[in-house]
Amino acid sequence: MQLVLEKRAERSNTIALVSPLIAIGLTIVTMTILFAILGKNPLLALHAYFIAPLTDSYSLQEIAVKATPLVMIAIGLSLCYLANAWNIGAEGQFLIGAVAGSWIAVKTQGTDAGAWVLPAMFVLAAAAGALYALIPAICKVKFGASEILTSLMLVYVADLFLDYLVRGPWRDPQGFNFPTTAEFDPVATVPLLIEGGRLHLGSIIALLVVAAAAILLGRTIKGFEIRVVGAAPRAARFGGFNANQLIILTFAVSGALAGLAGIIEVAGPVGHLQPGISPGYGFTAIIVAFLGRLNPLGILIAGLFLALTFIGGEQAQIAMKIPLDVTKVFQGILLFYVLACDSLILYRFKLVFPNRQVASGTH
Amino acid sequence: MQAHQRMLDPTPNGLHSGESPLLQTLGLTKRYGDFLANDSIDIDIWPKEIHALLGENGAGKSTLVKSIYGLIQPSAGEIRWQGGRIMLSGPSEARSRGIGMVFQHFSLFDNLTVAENVALGLDGKESFKDMSARLEQVSKTYGLPLDPKREVWQLSVGERQRIEIVRALMQDPKFLILDEPTAVLTPQEADQLFIVLERLKAEGRAILYISHKLEEVKRLCDTATILRGGKKVDTCNPRLETAASLARMMVGGEIKEVKAAAGRKTTVPRLVVNDLSLAPAEAHGVRLEHISFELKGGEILGIAGVAGNGQDELFAALSGERLSKDPGTVVIEGIAAGHLSITQRRKLGAAFVPEERLGHGTAPRMKLSENALLTGHAASGMVNHGFIDTAATLKTVDRATETFDVRKAKRDPEAASLSGGNLQKFIVGREILRNPAVLVVSQPTWGVDAGAAAVIRQALLDLATAGAAVLVTSQDLDELAEIADRIAVMFHGHLSAPLATVDASREKLGLLMGGSSLEPKEAAHAVGA
Repeated sequence: MQLVLEKRAERSNTIALVSPLIAIGLTIVTMTILFAILGKNPLLALHAYFIAPLTDSYSLQEIAVKATPLVMIAIGLSLCYLANAWNIGAEGQFLIGAVAGSWIAVKTQGTDAGAWVLPAMFVLAAAAGALYALIPAICKVKFGASEILTSLMLVYVADLFLDYLVRGPWRDPQGFNFPTTAEFDPVATVPLLIEGGRLHLGSIIALLVVAAAAILLGRTIKGFEIRVVGAAPRAARFGGFNANQLIILTFAVSGALAGLAGIIEVAGPVGHLQPGISPGYGFTAIIVAFLGRLNPLGILIAGLFLALTFIGGEQAQIAMKIPLDVTKVFQGILLFYVLACDSLILYRFKLVFPNRQVASGTH
Repeated sequence: MQAHQRMLDPTPNGLHSGESPLLQTLGLTKRYGDFLANDSIDIDIWPKEIHALLGENGAGKSTLVKSIYGLIQPSAGEIRWQGGRIMLSGPSEARSRGIGMVFQHFSLFDNLTVAENVALGLDGKESFKDMSARLEQVSKTYGLPLDPKREVWQLSVGERQRIEIVRALMQDPKFLILDEPTAVLTPQEADQLFIVLERLKAEGRAILYISHKLEEVKRLCDTATILRGGKKVDTCNPRLETAASLARMMVGGEIKEVKAAAGRKTTVPRLVVNDLSLAPAEAHGVRLEHISFELKGGEILGIAGVAGNGQDELFAALSGERLSKDPGTVVIEGIAAGHLSITQRRKLGAAFVPEERLGHGTAPRMKLSENALLTGHAASGMVNHGFIDTAATLKTVDRATETFDVRKAKRDPEAASLSGGNLQKFIVGREILRNPAVLVVSQPTWGVDAGAAAVIRQALLDLATAGAAVLVTSQDLDELAEIADRIAVMFHGHLSAPLATVDASREKLGLLMGGSSLEPKEAAHAVGA
């Protein structure tokens, strides 16, 4: 008896919906074993990760706050990935957006500038993120350089650039030598949705981005172009679509969304520019994009789920002394299972019996 | 049924009583999921026999020979070799037992020499020098001339096939399987191949000859086994059958005759190509050399030629997948279009059907409605201010389904789930429904069942009757003879002057396909110009 993968005639829509759930299930089983090996009670640990954060308003708001950048970045990445353009550097585009937007905040600090400041920060952050993403895109189109490598390497450039700014020119003179800018003025801060709460305007923007992406991909010719270039490049060329233009476009949009997410994070929950503004949002968003099946609505759900793991991870650290790195292990295992389960959409498992048995059965 | 009675006696002429066949399959079955690719097939192959395996695409011919060659494991049934049951672990075991195979698609490395390619395909441990010497000897013995030191990319398709045949023969097989060997040959090259095959037969070897060219089978083969829908229909002596009776067994019914409308009138030139030259896009591609022709409305021009002589490059240049610097090289509906994109050419009224159905003509994993949009977005009212009109795309699917009898499981399935014939009907239908002024179509019925092929050829004729200019590239000379008004031949990137179909004998076309010119005077003139 032998287990083989067999190609399906048509992709299974049921499995396409169920596969992320199978992946989550397998991840939880694996994590249970891992917790047991770490000597923690798996049931308590899973409770801390997945149930506890859902029980109070503060944690629920915090999940939405964490999901906001994840969803915005993942939407942009999904456009790239659908078009077969592999932007791995959203983390860098996020940081550059944060830096560019912060420039306005730093320069207008204490000048009593008007309400134009925050919109201007958003626009500049998006533009900077887009331009930063265009570097690997143009290298890919003009020179054939692997966008995977170049976009990834630019993450470290952005990281160190931010580090230099907050330790050097932009450091808060009253900041006791901490590497951080001064706290942004109220006009340079993202407004809260609930007085005294955590939820801010950025979450609304993320929802608008999800809606826009759903319309783009489902209803417009440009969305069709993105999907067909990725799914069948030669057919796309036959259809009159230009893959190189699309690499440029999807990278730019993805960079703009990551940059916007960056400034929203800095001008929102953080309130000033400092190193470590991102716990790896740009990388976790890759998992969100795939867990959400590169589908806008799926990404929204997946973004909330991964935000839950961030919050849950913090709670598990506080309550059970489980290291925060376990959250990253969890996310990595999840991506692994998501990609593995995806093969079930086009293939199915089949038990095959050796020749002899069947032959004797039919004769 | 008569066929069934005859099936009981697998050796119609009773010559082999008393001995056991060289190779025998008993109830050989191969299942892919719920699909039975081979359903309990019995076949006997005797030494000194050229045995034809006939059937339409999808009848199960390839699956059967893959089982015999050890490439796949049968789900049930058995294979007997010289009377004893064998279970092949893979092709190398098949080869070591004396079973050789020449595939339709060659597995050769373009940048390696003939000898290096042969060495890579052999399991033996002899030195390269010995092997080269033996290669030369085998190729001489069988009249298959090959220069061991030449690199494969310099060779013609016929020569490449020789490498594959010589490679198989160097293992001294008792049984040789050939998969559609004449599909890539000129009529003259095919005749040469038949001489080699007759000789192999005289040496006592057996040959399993896969084909769907019936005249060829009648001429060459001693026995024919016909498959249809995965089942064996009959085993017969093809010389006692007519091409029509063999075709009936293959198809399981009568084939519709294609009818050309009487009094088709040619009108103004709708597609004109002027001195089109284009460097190849890929290494070892073919350079298009000074191609010129004029195609009028109401006319079908056929382009014949062995594959790989620039047909793909010509299609790319005509469709606009590759652009020409000089706009005047391609003129569509009186407008210089050499520099225009495929979308702009479609807007001028041109439509295109490429050779590859999946991955080029359609996105395999997308729905038919989305594949309608793929070529219809430019000029068919399917897009409104950037938004897709889903109803319009679905309407195209429905109309193509009705007009061209596209059979599918549901209203709007993925392209890849359709059979080759039905997908091709959809693709041709999708383009014809746009009422094109010019249709450029490449291998319209390649790998398509006879019923679908008849529908497609009729559609092309009807389109021309309605006034469109139709350019058909095909390797099937019978197809061109059936529908084209004139036939030109591509060779090494050159296009011959078109011949009226009535004057284009197989011999003339074969000479042109092999690179000879028909009249020395004409050639001298061409050089002078």
